[in-house]
Amino acid sequence: MFLINCPYCGERDQQEFKAGGEAHIERPKQPTELSDDEWAEYLFMRKNIKGVQYERWNHAHGCRKWFNVVRDTSNDEIKAIYKMGEKPPSQ
Amino acid sequence: MTKNLRVKSSKYVDETNRISFKFNGKTYHGFKGDTLASALLANNVHLVGRSFKYHRPRGIMTSGSEEPNAIVQINPGTDRTEPNVRATEVEIYEGLEASSQNCWPSVQFDIGGINNFLSPFFPAGFYYKTFMWPASFWEKYEFFIRHSAGLGKSPTSSDPDIYDHRNVHYDVLVVGAGISGILAAKNAAKNNFKTLLVDEKNELGGSTIFENNEFNKIDNKTPSEWLKKEIEELKEIKNLEIKTRTSVAAYHQYNYLLARENLTDHLESKDKTNKIRQRLIKIRAKKVILATGALERPMIFNNNDRPGIMLSSAVKKYSEFYGVACGSKNVFFTNNDSAYESALSLYNKGINVEAIIDIREQSESKIVNKIKETGIKIYWSHSIVDTAGYKRLNSVSIMKLSNDGTSVTGNKISISCDCLGVAGGWTPAVHLYTQSGSKLKFDEEKKVFLPNQSTSDQISVGSCGGDFKIDEIINNLNQKLKDTLNINETDLDNIKIEIDQENSKRNIWLLPSDKPLGKTKPFVDYQNDATAKDIKLALREGFRSIEHVKRYTTTGMGTDQGKLGNMHALGIIADTAGVKMGELGTTTFRPPYTPLTFGTIVGRSVGKFFDIFRKTPINDWHVENKAEFENVGQWKRAWYYPINGETMHQAVQRESKAVRESAGILDASTLGKIDIQGSDASEFLNRVYTNAWSKLAIGKCRYGLMLNEDGMVYDDGVTTRLGENHYIMTTTTGGAANVLGKLEDYLQTEWPELDVYLTSVTDHYATASLCGPNSKKILKKIIPDLDLSDENFPHMSFKEANIGNIQCRIMRISFTGEHSYEINVQASYGKDLWEKCMEAGQEFNITPYGTETMHLLRAEKGFIIVGQDTDGTMTPIDLQMDWIVSKKKYDFIGKRSLYRSDTMREDRKQLVGLLTDDPNIVLEEGAQIVSELNQSPVEMLGHVTSSYFSPNLNKSIALAVVRGGKNMMGKKLFVPMENKNINVTVANPVFYDEKNERLNA
Repeated sequence: MFLINCPYCGERDQQEFKAGGEAHIERPKQPTELSDDEWAEYLFMRKNIKGVQYERWNHAHGCRKWFNVVRDTSNDEIKAIYKMGEKPPSQ
Repeated sequence: MTKNLRVKSSKYVDETNRISFKFNGKTYHGFKGDTLASALLANNVHLVGRSFKYHRPRGIMTSGSEEPNAIVQINPGTDRTEPNVRATEVEIYEGLEASSQNCWPSVQFDIGGINNFLSPFFPAGFYYKTFMWPASFWEKYEFFIRHSAGLGKSPTSSDPDIYDHRNVHYDVLVVGAGISGILAAKNAAKNNFKTLLVDEKNELGGSTIFENNEFNKIDNKTPSEWLKKEIEELKEIKNLEIKTRTSVAAYHQYNYLLARENLTDHLESKDKTNKIRQRLIKIRAKKVILATGALERPMIFNNNDRPGIMLSSAVKKYSEFYGVACGSKNVFFTNNDSAYESALSLYNKGINVEAIIDIREQSESKIVNKIKETGIKIYWSHSIVDTAGYKRLNSVSIMKLSNDGTSVTGNKISISCDCLGVAGGWTPAVHLYTQSGSKLKFDEEKKVFLPNQSTSDQISVGSCGGDFKIDEIINNLNQKLKDTLNINETDLDNIKIEIDQENSKRNIWLLPSDKPLGKTKPFVDYQNDATAKDIKLALREGFRSIEHVKRYTTTGMGTDQGKLGNMHALGIIADTAGVKMGELGTTTFRPPYTPLTFGTIVGRSVGKFFDIFRKTPINDWHVENKAEFENVGQWKRAWYYPINGETMHQAVQRESKAVRESAGILDASTLGKIDIQGSDASEFLNRVYTNAWSKLAIGKCRYGLMLNEDGMVYDDGVTTRLGENHYIMTTTTGGAANVLGKLEDYLQTEWPELDVYLTSVTDHYATASLCGPNSKKILKKIIPDLDLSDENFPHMSFKEANIGNIQCRIMRISFTGEHSYEINVQASYGKDLWEKCMEAGQEFNITPYGTETMHLLRAEKGFIIVGQDTDGTMTPIDLQMDWIVSKKKYDFIGKRSLYRSDTMREDRKQLVGLLTDDPNIVLEEGAQIVSELNQSPVEMLGHVTSSYFSPNLNKSIALAVVRGGKNMMGKKLFVPMENKNINVTVANPVFYDEKNERLNA
């Protein structure tokens, strides 16, 4: 149970949040132009890193806002938190 | 046999308060302050249990939570019985009963003891190797193995006690109230840190409080006296909370810890009722100070497990703290100076110490010299090669150790004794430290794993941090406190410490015997009967990883989690495999540190509080009218309304007929309702539903199907346009929260440019679905001034109206195929609306119907239920709902996936109707469908998803998904069941009123 510093509400217990998988996978603007393989890449392929990972989180039992978290999956250390649409901090 | 071994009154045991208790049916006496273990020892009872595998007699080994042997059943046969409790942790009270476990018929005569003589046939991995063949026999083997396995008996009635959870926040948490913990807590609180100090025992002070080495001094006092003064001073300190009988079970990342506080376990039965028994404290601490101390190690020698063989530190604690002599002829066996303190404690109380056997060549510390003066015989460079006494130790045999420590030489000397204190050195209790994710390193000189890299703001102080001598403890503690609390001075700056220097060490993980290893039983894990032989066997058989050796031999897998023997196991593996212990690493220490009861884990979440449930505003009416309920997600929904002792089938047949013949009413309040507003609301719906929404007129309703990006059906429901920029969406009952979450996700992350606002209004409205050919007449009676003509209020349209003063939203939509209205009112008027409908409908025999009838009626119409007829692998095309998928829209969620090669396959499973050749046979939902009966193995084409007996068609109907079913209309298939094969024919899934004439009837 780690703590997450929601950019809108402040530090809260992990149980208030929902994990939303890998961040910065943009939905293709023109899906019909894509080949099956390209669409499958968007649809199915996700990284599963042991180490620093960029993730989406949602304050589901709070403000319900989505935001991005940079988390080390090996020890749950959170390196950075930033709002949707903001640029990720460089590694 | 029973003689009193109480030797001297102790401050911690109240000899004026005599307590009687029963053990294995026999009554004994102890005093207030005794543990079950100390009271039994005072009565000269050592034999308390049998070991798990060989059923060897076992005695009390320790004085704390690391106890592997003295595992008992508390209050057997009562509601409050608890298995696998450590006798060393049970505080006795008047009326306590306890019994031995894992023995039959009794601990004195245990038939399972035969396993001990058969032990050559039970090596490590015996079960894995033996019961593998033949594979088909496993079920027979399992029956016997299950019956002979297991320790205590779990209670069979529900737990009468109350358990609680509490969340707390502190600046500093100190775990362990020995000398380091007390000093750490005191200095933290004095410096304005809000501090919590917890200890698993009922008294503060740890082992220092009964320390008796007169050669150690703090400010010219013995550490024990000095610490008592410090404990007195704690009462004056603000910002400090102290919890005793509180054991930290788990240390998670981010300094989140779980502790179990014991509140009534030490009280008499009459004082336990209506009180909280145990509380799980969930602690968030900015800083954690671990002062968990160290556990004494046993030594590994032949037959080192007999009742009467104990840890030397336990012998000392029983003597100094409880005033109990563990034996009348005592021997110690040691590799360090601490056994001499235990021996001195007994000597000072006039108890016979026969000898000390020391594997070292010599020691010249003050305490050792003091023992030499007493005349107690010390055997230097000797080792125990065997012990004797089946139910109680009666002698040990010793021989001289060779210089390299791998063999023994000379004559065997036998020493008669009834208690052997073993001192194998100290292992820092780093369990909590590693649970937090922090890493250890091995200290080759001290032969211990020590904290190295912490993942959170924490320090380990005292012996759990590797400081064993009082000067090291205090000086290192002082520096660590200054660093971690960021303070310049402490109470500890100017104290004067004198210590007795230990100057000699010798460590041998597995002590030699005069017999070959194969003929000995040197136990490493007492509880699981794993010996050094087993570990060596595992290595010979190719196991290398410590985790694998652990699982193969079961070393460290008992309820004590290897607190005593794990270091020896590692040492033996390292020595045998020729690697360094530091390279070998340790097994993982997992929570809980000591076992937790289920009660503590669930807390108040029992009975009706186990899970929350939701009731509609009309629920009371359903209860009054004897509805049966079903759970749909968290909702309690009326399932059917039996009258006059009807079965479910009878009730549902009656309700279904009544709806089609006259009128029915359903509580539809549980449907998810999402209010959608904003200038881009229409565009938003275009993107989330498969069909087009831009042209939906205000006041009109439309059915929509929502997909996942993978093209599979996710949810469905009717959405109504209330205004230019205002819609109300309905979702399935179970899908409401997920649909809202998904819509919010897209709005916030993919389409933030859209001006759309979503509000969940599910709980704000109550919904009555008025349904059937007479529904119009009933509604007319309730709202006479609303024009209900098809011109003014056609199917799939919406009106606002008033029932009396109550505003309502009415949608003319239908899930049954009948003419029907969904009437929505503010939730608080729900029951009133329902009763008005019932009253107005009385002359039409209006029939309340539940979810089962709803399911039957919609199945007659071939309407799907998402989650019943779909399972996350069905596209709209698979459902034969091509009509709802817009070809014109450029994009919507899931559109692209409908054109993947896989989703376009013709032979996907598709939704079809099924009719049984015998109309009276109702298929089982989930039944498999095949096209051949004589094939083996036969290809499964699909399965039945919905199946009912339709009273309106007077035959059985079913929906099913069948591979390539779309092109199988009229084809004969089979549903093979256990006793018969059912012949079925593929049919149109719309069984009733195919032309939808009744919607406008």
